[in-house]
Amino acid sequence: MAANPADLSAALVLTPVPAADWLVVLPPAWCLLVGAVLLMLRKSLHLQALIAIPALAVLVVIDALLLAHVAANGPVTMVMGRWLPPFGIAFTADLTGVLFALAGAVVAFAGSVHALADIDASGRRYGFYPFLLLLMAGVSGAFLTGDIFNLYVWFEVLLISSFGLITLGSEPRQIDGAIKYAFLNLVATTLFLVTTGYLYGIFGTLNMADIAVKAAAGRAELPLMTLATLYFLAFGMKAAAFPVNFWLPASYHTPRVVVSALFAGLLTKVGIYALLRTLVMLFPVEREELSFLIAIVGVATMLLGALGALGQSDIRRLLGYVVISGIGVILAGLSLGSPGGIGGAIFYALHSMVVMTALYMAAGLAGRLAGSFDLNRLGGLYSRSALFSALSLVLFFAASGLPPFSGFWPKVMVAKAAIDIGAWWLTASVFLAGFLTTIALGRVFALAYWRAEVRGLPAQSIPASALLPLAGLTALTVVFGLFPDALLSLVQHAEQSLANPDAYIGSVFPGGK
Amino acid sequence: MEFPFVLLIGLFFAAAVYLMLSKFLVRVLLGVVLLGNGVNLLLFTNGRILREIPPIIPEGHDVPATLTANALPQALILTAIVISFSFFAFLLVLVYRAYQDLGTDNGNEMRLAEPEDDPLPPTGY
Repeated sequence: MAANPADLSAALVLTPVPAADWLVVLPPAWCLLVGAVLLMLRKSLHLQALIAIPALAVLVVIDALLLAHVAANGPVTMVMGRWLPPFGIAFTADLTGVLFALAGAVVAFAGSVHALADIDASGRRYGFYPFLLLLMAGVSGAFLTGDIFNLYVWFEVLLISSFGLITLGSEPRQIDGAIKYAFLNLVATTLFLVTTGYLYGIFGTLNMADIAVKAAAGRAELPLMTLATLYFLAFGMKAAAFPVNFWLPASYHTPRVVVSALFAGLLTKVGIYALLRTLVMLFPVEREELSFLIAIVGVATMLLGALGALGQSDIRRLLGYVVISGIGVILAGLSLGSPGGIGGAIFYALHSMVVMTALYMAAGLAGRLAGSFDLNRLGGLYSRSALFSALSLVLFFAASGLPPFSGFWPKVMVAKAAIDIGAWWLTASVFLAGFLTTIALGRVFALAYWRAEVRGLPAQSIPASALLPLAGLTALTVVFGLFPDALLSLVQHAEQSLANPDAYIGSVFPGGK
Repeated sequence: MEFPFVLLIGLFFAAAVYLMLSKFLVRVLLGVVLLGNGVNLLLFTNGRILREIPPIIPEGHDVPATLTANALPQALILTAIVISFSFFAFLLVLVYRAYQDLGTDNGNEMRLAEPEDDPLPPTGY
C-alpha cells in the first residue's frame, strides 16, 4: 500500500469543511432525523406535536442562517463523502434554492401549528407529523441539491410522504383524489427520470454545475432541445401547468385542510423550482427558443385557473384553481427570461407559497365556523369573527395581486418585462387573470362573509393555534407588500446568479473547470 | 448489443402508454410498472452493455485498456428499481382500497371527489 501512495487530493476534499458550510446539508438531514424519531415515537401521540413544532422552528432558523450565509458569501457547496465534484453528490445552495427552502420551512412551521387544531388524534396516530417532517426533508433536499439524479431522489421522497398525507383519514373521497394524484404524479417523476437518463447519456455527468459548463461548451452538436422540452413537460406536470394540470383540482380539496394548505404551498413550487433550475441555469438558450411555447402554456394556465375558480361552489376546489392561475403567472415570468421575468417568477412563487397556504387555512376555518364549504350554504362569517374576516380579505386581495400586498410586486415585474419586449398580450392576460381571480375571490367574500346567516349554527370559536399561523402568514404578505425592497433585491440577485451561474460553478469547482 | 435493447425499450414504452390510456385502474397500474421498467432498461443501456469485461485498470494505465460497461447507470437503476417497486406496492394497495371503498376500478365512475351534479355557485344573494 505505502509503496505507491496515491495523490488523494485529486479525488477527495482533504481540508476540513468550514462549520458554516454544514448548513447546506443540515435542512434535509435534520428533517430526516426528526422524522425518524417521530416514527419511533408514533405510539406517543402527545409527544408528536411537541417534538415536530419546535423541530420545524429550528428548520426555519437553519434556513434563515443559510440565507444569511449565502447572501454574504455567494453559493456554498458541500460534497457527500468528501468526493470531489463531479464524482461525489454535491449539495449547492444558491440564493434561489435558499429562498425557496426558507419559504417552504416557514409554511411548514405554520402548517404544523395549524394542525394542532385541524388534525385529530386518529390523524396523529396515522403519522401526520412524521410524514410532514419527511415531506420537508424531500422539499429541502430538492431545493438545495446540486445533482440532478439526487433531485429525482428528493422528488420521490417528497412524493411518497405526500401520498401518506393525502390518504390520511382514508375516506372514500380521499381515496378517489389520491388515486388521481398518485398516478399522474408518478408518471411525471418517471418522465423526469427518462430525461435524466438521456441527460446522463449525453453528458456523462449528473452534477448541475458540470452540466451547465458542458452544455455551454458543446451546445452546437448536442441534442439539448430534447432535454429542455422533456424537462418542461415533466416539471410542468409537477407544477400543474396546462394541459397537464388536471390532477390538482381533482385531489387538492380531498385531504385534511392543513394537508391541502401544505400541498398548495410546497408541491407545485418544487416543480417550479426545478423548471427554473433546469431551463434557466442549465439550458438557457433552449429556454429562449421555447419561450413562445412557455408563454402560451402560461397564458392558458392562468386563464384556465381563473375561469375554473369562477365556476366552483366548493371553496377548497375554488382555491385549487387559484393555485393553478398563479402557476400561469410564474410560467409567464419564466418565458420572459432575464432581466425581470425570472425575478418576477421567483418572487411570485415565494408569495404564492405563503398566500396559498394561508388561503387554504382560511377556507378550513370558514368551513369550521359555518359548517360547510359550499358557497350556496356559507354565510354570516363576518358577524361571527370580524378579525378572521379581515385576515381573509387581505389574503383574497394578495392572491388577486392587488396592492399593497405581496402579490402586486411580482405581477408588476412580469408585466413590465413583458411590455419591455412588446408582448402586450402576455401583460394583458396577467391582468385579465388577476381581474377574474379578484371577481372569484370577491364573490367568496360577498357570499360567505357578508351575506346574512342562513340558519342557526352552534356558536364556534376559532382556537388560537389555528388563528395564529394564519395571522402570521397574513402579516408576511402585508410586510412584503409594504416593504418589498429587501426581498426585491434578494430576488434580483437570485435571478442574476441563476441566469449567469459563474458563481455557482465556481463554488462547485473552486479550482476552476 | 445495444440495438435490440433499444427496440425492447421502445416496446416497453409503447405497451406502457397503451395500458395507461385505459380507464381501468389495474391496467393503468400495469402500465406504470412497465413504464418504470422501461426507464430502468433505458438507464441500463446508457452505460453500455458489454459482457465479462471487468473494469480493471492495468498497471501503468490511467484508464481501462478496453471499453468496459459504465457502473454508474447500474447504481442509478438500483435506486430507481427500489423506488419504483415501493411505489408499485403503494399503488397496488391504493387501487385495491379504492376498489373496496368505491366499488369500481373504472376511472370514469370515480366521481366522488368531483361529483357530476356539483351545483354552480349562486348568482345572487
